Amino acid sequence: MDAKLTIRWLRWLAPALLMAAPVLAQAGVQIQHWKTSSGARVYFVESHDLPILDISVEFPAGSGADTPEKSGLASMTRHMIGLGAEGLDEDRISKSFADVGAVFGGRFESDRAGVSLRTLSSERERRQALDTFTKVLQQPSFPESVLEREKARTIAALKEADTKPETIADRAFEKLLYGSHPYGLRGSGEIDTVAALKREDLVAFYGARYTRNRAVVAIMGDVSRKEAESIAESLTQGLPEGGTLPPLPEVAPPEKAQLERISHPASQAHILVGYTGMTRNDPDYFPLWVGNYALGGGGFVSRLTEEVRQKRGLAYSVYSYFLPLEQRGPFQIGLQTKKEQAEEALRVVRETLENYIAKGITSEELKAAKDNIIGGFPLRIDSNKKIIEYLAMIGFYQLPLTYLDDFIGNVEKVTAAQIRDAFRRRIRTGDLVTVVVGAADPK
Amino acid sequence: MIQVRALRRGSGLLAAALLLSAALPVAANPHEHKLSNGLRVIVKEDHRSPVVVSQIWYRAGSMDEVNGTTGVAHVLEHMMFKGTRKVPAGEFSKIIAAAGGRDNAFTSRDYTAYFQTLERSRLPISFRLESDRMQNLVLSADEFAKEIKVVMEERRLRTDDQPHSLVHEAMTATAYQVHPYRHPIIGWMTDLEHMTVDDARRWYERWYAPNNAVLVVVGDVKPKEVFALAEKHFGKIKPRALPARKPQAEPEQTGIRRLTVKAPGKLPYLAMGYHVPVLRDADKDWEPYALEVLAGVLDGNASARLNKNLVREQRVAQSAGAGYDPLGRGTELFYLVGTPSEGRTVAELEAAIRAELEKIVNDGVSEEELDRVKAQVTASQVYQLDSVFYQAMLIGQFEMVGLSYKDIDNMVKKIRSVTPAQVQEVARKYIKDESLTVAVLDPQPLETKAQAVPAQGMRHGR
Repeated sequence: MDAKLTIRWLRWLAPALLMAAPVLAQAGVQIQHWKTSSGARVYFVESHDLPILDISVEFPAGSGADTPEKSGLASMTRHMIGLGAEGLDEDRISKSFADVGAVFGGRFESDRAGVSLRTLSSERERRQALDTFTKVLQQPSFPESVLEREKARTIAALKEADTKPETIADRAFEKLLYGSHPYGLRGSGEIDTVAALKREDLVAFYGARYTRNRAVVAIMGDVSRKEAESIAESLTQGLPEGGTLPPLPEVAPPEKAQLERISHPASQAHILVGYTGMTRNDPDYFPLWVGNYALGGGGFVSRLTEEVRQKRGLAYSVYSYFLPLEQRGPFQIGLQTKKEQAEEALRVVRETLENYIAKGITSEELKAAKDNIIGGFPLRIDSNKKIIEYLAMIGFYQLPLTYLDDFIGNVEKVTAAQIRDAFRRRIRTGDLVTVVVGAADPK
Repeated sequence: MIQVRALRRGSGLLAAALLLSAALPVAANPHEHKLSNGLRVIVKEDHRSPVVVSQIWYRAGSMDEVNGTTGVAHVLEHMMFKGTRKVPAGEFSKIIAAAGGRDNAFTSRDYTAYFQTLERSRLPISFRLESDRMQNLVLSADEFAKEIKVVMEERRLRTDDQPHSLVHEAMTATAYQVHPYRHPIIGWMTDLEHMTVDDARRWYERWYAPNNAVLVVVGDVKPKEVFALAEKHFGKIKPRALPARKPQAEPEQTGIRRLTVKAPGKLPYLAMGYHVPVLRDADKDWEPYALEVLAGVLDGNASARLNKNLVREQRVAQSAGAGYDPLGRGTELFYLVGTPSEGRTVAELEAAIRAELEKIVNDGVSEEELDRVKAQVTASQVYQLDSVFYQAMLIGQFEMVGLSYKDIDNMVKKIRSVTPAQVQEVARKYIKDESLTVAVLDPQPLETKAQAVPAQGMRHGR
């Protein structure tokens, strides 16, 4: 049942995330912003078109908050929220949401972690869903027995993942690129560190990170401002009080080229090439982001797809992306190809990148990129789901509230010279990190 | 595209049920119009955002392929981006991108569909390009030679190197022995290796005709304007006689079938499938709705039986799920899948799943469980209105399998009227060993797999 549909082109998750990066404005999205009495930042868009309410509450509690000794703690803490709260076991929680058709979810990334809720906005459904959601968030009980089970499941999943060429490639790439920086840790942790996690570790992490003053609350949909204020207040006032947190260390760009080849029995080689990228508040954000569209972010309309797939038939999917984070996230090019032609594909990727960085974007490419990004602006905000994603992102990274209003202007004013300059300064092609998993047998 | 796949998972109907007009203002929505050449146009207004999605659906999927050319429906889908007399190779996507749009296509067992999502005023660009490639596709041997390599890479990526996909591929080829659902959509590698541009051309000439297509448009548009635009761009295309479609009905299975797939990995995997009916008459049929509710009782939410009993309580499963898709031109399988916990075996997991099914066969299900499934169906019906793309998908899928978009509205009512007795009755009738296929992944350590292992041997086995 996995393969009932076959699709011409797979947009990988990471690039999809990046595509989601920008915008709202103009189309009449009015963001309201305030702080709760405990200092949580709230971002609200009121819309009564559909009887739906979406809420997310997020914290600086992603895998970047982990240490090598307790790698996986952040993920396990987030995962266990929803699997037990004071007076509610996991079964009661699941039933309570399902009985009113509510969907409980959440996010776990390098910087951010949190919970989300989608519910009907009608009185009975909304009240029951919000009551459960609030309790689950504010009074997680981290039951020992559930924790033991979830540790075992995580460890089994890690063992399985470590046999997959894509996982092996990702891990090798992250380690080469980030070394001992927390961004080099695997979000779900390692087998031995997960095995060693204790309930008190989770309790302490929750108490330090899921705090009322750091919560970012996004609310989208069918409630009034007054109702939204009251929801935000009750969602945050029962959260732990926060102390100070250690800052996330800066990321140092690689200083020498690194190449790792790992053998694997798969028929395809998985190739990753990259470098450190940009931050969410980066002064080069727009030149790099618009420039990446022409390099490998624009799907079929990109140099990498043209060179690797269209001209040579070397891969089904090839992409490049910048993942903007609090500190420099990765810049990555990726593809998979029959292992016998891995070296050819790698050569084409390198030449394409080097050529792009040396000569820069053409005026036709720049126009195509802007036409797509600006002309497609309404598509980025055409659903409640998409809008709440932007609210949460703007809130977490404290982007200006005018970020959305300014977005098209910021894209419009990017010049070819800025793109060329930014890529040259930021991506040193002599120091790239390269991983090939499933390289052709050297013997 | 993730939505597309999600729709095919666990609670197909739960997700697929939903379209009621609850929050939408217009009474007679969607609207329908048929061109004289047979092209049907279905328009659904949704004025929340200045956006429109346009999808053209051809009733030609992998089940319409013949021996030696499996995968050609999907290969042609790729070739549809390789240029016409007016629009050179690669230009299609560039034009859509320059208009700020997103475009792609997908092939299933039952159909092939192409879509563009655009700011509303750009809809004519979509119609101009789609009507052009419906009739003027240039199939060059050069472009074909490159693209068939891309498709083989796609097969390696999504099937050959994915143990679970291999299990499902081999299982499907076992459960179906006559019906063409036995062939993978992407095609067997040997057929891809020997496919020619003429195979693709014959496919195009056979199926790409206005009288074999449905055009679905959802978004901030006025139906009359869309119909006029469709007349302008598609109206002059000539209809074509379509080949007869033979039923190739699957004979009744008369005993359990078991198979094993070996592939690199760590955790085993179990897939079980029972032959079940699909929805043919949305008004009179009741079994598909009851099967859908059965899937929901087993796997509709985190407290449903499989997760609660096998993962959370007995801890025999790392994960476990059930799935049923009531929409299909052929008949479907009711799936149960899972991975045993570390230290537990596939046999133990199978026994545990069978015990859960047995409980329903013997003791039925509770009203409380049914109410929970129905509450989710009701909510999903509202949630899906948040996506114009998904609304269009539903219309297209219903139309392709021989149902009508008008049946979508009824579905929630029908599901809500399912009784515990009906759920028990379909379990009794269809959950039986005679119609069961069981597939097991036997994971192999990586070290001993230095050379080509999996795909080849297995694919020829069946």
